[in-house]
Amino acid sequence: MKTFNGYRRPNGTIGVRNHVIVINTIGELAGLTKKMANLVPGVIPVVHQAGQSQYEEDSKQTIKTLTGIAGHANVSAALFLGMGTEDPAEGIVETLKRDGHNVHSITFDKDKSITEALKEGKSWLENALTRSKQEKTEQAHVSELIIGLECGGSDAWSGITANPAIGSFSDSIVKDGGTSILAETTEAVGAEHILANRAITPEVGNRFLEIVKRYEARAKAVGEDIKAANPSPGNKTGGLTTLEEKSLGCIKKGGNSPLREVIDYAHAPAEKGFVFMDTPGYDVESVVGLVAGGAQIVLFSTGKGSPTGSPICPVIKIGTNPKLYENMPEHIDVNAGKIIDQKYSIDQIGEEIYAKVLDVANGEITASEKYNNQEFSIWRLAETT
Amino acid sequence: MSQKINALKIDKKDNVAVALENLTVGDILYVEGNEEIAVLRNIPYGHKIALTPIPKDDMVIKYGEVMGIATEDIAQGDHVHVSNVRGLTDGDKRVQKEEVSYENV
Repeated sequence: MKTFNGYRRPNGTIGVRNHVIVINTIGELAGLTKKMANLVPGVIPVVHQAGQSQYEEDSKQTIKTLTGIAGHANVSAALFLGMGTEDPAEGIVETLKRDGHNVHSITFDKDKSITEALKEGKSWLENALTRSKQEKTEQAHVSELIIGLECGGSDAWSGITANPAIGSFSDSIVKDGGTSILAETTEAVGAEHILANRAITPEVGNRFLEIVKRYEARAKAVGEDIKAANPSPGNKTGGLTTLEEKSLGCIKKGGNSPLREVIDYAHAPAEKGFVFMDTPGYDVESVVGLVAGGAQIVLFSTGKGSPTGSPICPVIKIGTNPKLYENMPEHIDVNAGKIIDQKYSIDQIGEEIYAKVLDVANGEITASEKYNNQEFSIWRLAETT
Repeated sequence: MSQKINALKIDKKDNVAVALENLTVGDILYVEGNEEIAVLRNIPYGHKIALTPIPKDDMVIKYGEVMGIATEDIAQGDHVHVSNVRGLTDGDKRVQKEEVSYENV
């Protein structure tokens, strides 16, 4: 039986990390958030530039994302920093407290000096950190894992080595009762009918086609035609012939399992098994959406060595070619380039990925964690006002 | 595992393999679980080679899925790329969708 030792939360979820974080609701507090975290070594700052002067849909998306991050199973405690009378910090904290999370908010306003606010935050964080160190792990089955699937800095080998190997892993964990979330709607354009055909019901299939269409329409509104631009001349030189082939190389991270559900950005899956989340192709924003939706670990294939990590979630880097592993071993956790020069099969690398996922779930530090790669950015849908 | 393998068949349903090294006319193609094939044209690494003859208008299968349609007869061992394969049109996709009887698509 495949198991791991994780941190059980009051709401029933299980984390593979036990972080204490401080997080800002609006971009204006980004600097203070870092300052606050620096006061208590061990606390992680989750810093972003969004949250102010937004249209309705972005406002909702920001709150959904921040709530998902602070209430994440990998997080033991979260301190929110907000500002002004309409700040969402208090509301988010109330929501999370009802679910049993250890959360607190500090609102900056004219009645309190910054020194006082920092002092209050420091004291709360110190207590939270002490409490987190007393929390014990318990054994859990892999069916409780949600794994995000991502790629960034792809090359001609991504679709041949790392992505199919991730797909092989995805099929295995789905078979074991777990969940994998494929993302990046842009990458599915041209092969959307293939994934739609794998949907468990016509409703799920149509929902998937709908989000792809919506994405294409958004791109067209700013004068971009995704279908006409792909595959690019560079792609063709690398051996890619058609748009379907290029997209298949990306979506094959999801293996061959039936598509059970299509979810919005930063939303948690209701189903176990293979699901799709509507996210942009920009890896940082996509990873944030996956993590806010509850992914405890993210698998990330890269041909160029994109160092993207996450403040609260281990990101496992899977290198697509031998050269990358040779030059950037400190960035790569699994070398799928062995399929090219050491004749490993796709399924063998899939098994290697599964073993790595279990090690990381049990606490092994990934390359991106070791180097404190803590990128965090929320997908913007509209302009700022 | 054989060290001779020089191309990768990603899915067992595929009729193309991906060259793992630059292949030259006259080389022998070794793919796991496949017969040996003579390489008919120079194939750069990362490019595709036909594992079976693919007649004009037949489907090119990679990842176990239809990635394109042959625009001319492709011989076993030939280079499979933009000169002899096109992407799917909406018409081709509609045929696939009807097979799974989707409505309102």
